[in-house]
Amino acid sequence: MSVGRDMTLSLFSEEAMGRMKQRRASERRFRLYGRACILFSILALGWLLFSVFSTGLSAFSKHWVALELSAPTAESTGQSDRQRLIIALAERFELGEDSDERRDLLSLFSATVATEQFRAQAELDETIQLSVPVSSDADRFFKGRIDLSSPEAQRALTDQQIGWLNEMKEEGVISRRFNAGLFTNADSRSPEHAGLATAIFGSVMIVLISGIIAIPVGIGAAIYLDSFAPRTGWAGHLTRTLEVNINNLAAVPAIVFGLLGLAIFINLFGLARSIPLVGGLVMALRMFPTIVIASRSALQAVPESLTDSALSLGASRIQAVFNHKVPMATPSMLTGAIIGMAQALGETAPLLIIGMVAFVTTVPETPLDPATALPVQIFLWSGSAEAAWAEVSSAAIIVLLMVLIMINGLAVIIRERLQRQRKI
Amino acid sequence: MIDPIPVYMMVILLALMWGSYRLIFGRADRLLATDETTFGWPAAQPRHHARLGAVVCGFVGIAIFLLGWQIRPPEAGQLWDAVWILALLSGGMGVTAVSLFNVRPFFAARARVEQLAETGLMLLSLVALLTTVGIIGSLVFEASLFFRDVSIFEFLFGTQWSPQTAIRAGGAGQSGAFGSVAVFFGTFMIALIAMCVAAPVGLMVAIYLSEYASRRTRAFAKPAIEILAGIPTVVYGFFALITVGPVIRDAAAWIGLGASSQSALAAGLVMGVMIIPLVSSLSDDVIRAVPLSLRHASTSLGATPSETLRGVVLRSAMPGIVGAMLLAVSRAIGETMIVVMAAGQAANLTANPLEAVTTVTVQIVALLTGDQVFDSPRTLAAFALGLVLFVITLLLNIGALAVVHRYRTSNE
Repeated sequence: MSVGRDMTLSLFSEEAMGRMKQRRASERRFRLYGRACILFSILALGWLLFSVFSTGLSAFSKHWVALELSAPTAESTGQSDRQRLIIALAERFELGEDSDERRDLLSLFSATVATEQFRAQAELDETIQLSVPVSSDADRFFKGRIDLSSPEAQRALTDQQIGWLNEMKEEGVISRRFNAGLFTNADSRSPEHAGLATAIFGSVMIVLISGIIAIPVGIGAAIYLDSFAPRTGWAGHLTRTLEVNINNLAAVPAIVFGLLGLAIFINLFGLARSIPLVGGLVMALRMFPTIVIASRSALQAVPESLTDSALSLGASRIQAVFNHKVPMATPSMLTGAIIGMAQALGETAPLLIIGMVAFVTTVPETPLDPATALPVQIFLWSGSAEAAWAEVSSAAIIVLLMVLIMINGLAVIIRERLQRQRKI
Repeated sequence: MIDPIPVYMMVILLALMWGSYRLIFGRADRLLATDETTFGWPAAQPRHHARLGAVVCGFVGIAIFLLGWQIRPPEAGQLWDAVWILALLSGGMGVTAVSLFNVRPFFAARARVEQLAETGLMLLSLVALLTTVGIIGSLVFEASLFFRDVSIFEFLFGTQWSPQTAIRAGGAGQSGAFGSVAVFFGTFMIALIAMCVAAPVGLMVAIYLSEYASRRTRAFAKPAIEILAGIPTVVYGFFALITVGPVIRDAAAWIGLGASSQSALAAGLVMGVMIIPLVSSLSDDVIRAVPLSLRHASTSLGATPSETLRGVVLRSAMPGIVGAMLLAVSRAIGETMIVVMAAGQAANLTANPLEAVTTVTVQIVALLTGDQVFDSPRTLAAFALGLVLFVITLLLNIGALAVVHRYRTSNE
């Protein structure tokens, strides 16, 4: 009895209230830790997206200059087109004979494009209309990305070049256009010409090939393991081994699949390196366990009573499974397949191992031509030291993220639509 | 130029299968629909007969095609190809003829079709086994070639890693060139840094989202965490290289420490952020699986929510959480792109997280990119590293999956 009285007393004693206060404070602290962790993750995501978008968005547009040059004079006819272009440009900007100055001036424009346009019009006795992209450094200047306060020697542009650029800007010959070359050009040594065409082709091929192989095979394997695989006896042991094996395969590092592709497809079967066909085959093996696991959980979610009723009405096992269970599970299975394809699109490491890091300047035509893939192109570009490459690779990341968002959105739409149809 | 003959063969094969289906269907429809049986039902419907015929026709056609493909000499003339196509045609037609003859009321075509389908599905599921066998086989084979040149002992316990300068001519400087201790040390250091970020944050995110968060917070935070999981690793690598690395270098310089912009810390931190969603979703599953009665008992004794979580829920979920952490460690060890871009290439045996270290995956990529002869020790070393990486992650995964499985079954 005395114990009980003590407890009642101690519940309201000063000491107990103090303890309660401490416990409430620790409860609040715990909650605060939780909130801080959520905040940390979201801030990390925000910082990542901000850093990518702030560097990359500007690469989607590009500055062009429209110049009117007087027709080449007669005494310059013996020289190369490039030299004649330099002479005409020097005349336009009223330069002297200093060859360094002239070279600085030409380096403000994309010289190859300018020379081509000049050659096409040089034979006509009129003024020459040039419309050329400015060089990557000049482009960065117009986008305000060059620090003008730093000393001239550490800057990409000299004071004189900046003077010319300002002059052209005041004349209104500079215009900002959408950078279509980012999607239509192949890779290049200079960032203003580098485009994603090769990488997009390679990625599309890899995702198509791996999808065509891995989705039917993966879904078939999932159907077998779910509905037909033996569950008893030594064959049952084999089935369980197979299931453990698939779960482990899903957690094997991606780079190991690259080693497998190198040893089997390239070394043993003699396929060429850096071709999308090998990339697709490797990605198919990589996607396979993901698709099997997703499809199995989709099939397991279908009520057993459905197949049971079909069986009791005299359907065979195949009929019960394929006519009743599989259609019910199709939306989730498709979602799993699409997520597997998104995974194949973003995966990089196996492609590095099978040599899809080549410098490819032509747009490939078949899956047997050397190509790169979007994530590999990002990796290649971001390794270059020039600041303009960071912008181009950020732009490539934005493209990749947009495609991934579209793919995932497609998965959601398909699932919603098919589920609605099922319900009716 | 692509050889046109296989394309013709495929078209012919498809036409054969379609014709076989129509022919057999027509005959079966006529014979079975008029019900010539004097008693009972036919053992299969017309389409079962037709499917069986078409499928067998397809198998025979593919077999003839593959056989011809194998024995076809490189300078095969038109005659050879003509005989090949004729063989395909006659094979398909033969099968169709036999199938037509087989259309009888009590021929169980459906059972045979289903037998075929089931066998086919079984073969599909064996692809998983084949992949595993392929991985183990190729890694072990190539690694054994490597270990013929370099002893296993030297590989596992040597401290000097300089594969670029390794000369196999028996010089003095060659011993220890393939000692991988520094490489593994770097791998585990980066994984440790990543887990220092991911383990507490991931666990707390899972706890907060499932126990405390209001509906609005959850609707906002859960998709954000899932986006974190969907971002390709190369993007994290870019982030670590371009943004986090320089920030850490500047911060270290500000407090008076020297750091390179490629550092273990940058790679580890970013990798930790990448693993947060994995840890949080796995621990969320585990925490949800704790029986409600345990929580109720604790709450009814007067424990605050955090006391219940720490004293009861987490304690009973501990095996599952350990399993989740093991899976996360295996993911961190096998992660490639972040470390390739942000951790550096030089094999430093250092415990300073501000210096550049290298990892197993970085070395595999470095050894295998660029032109090389396939059987040089340099290339084969990549497979030896790959084998060790595979074995480590496999052990971690098997351990983790076993722990999680046992935990789940014991709670149900």
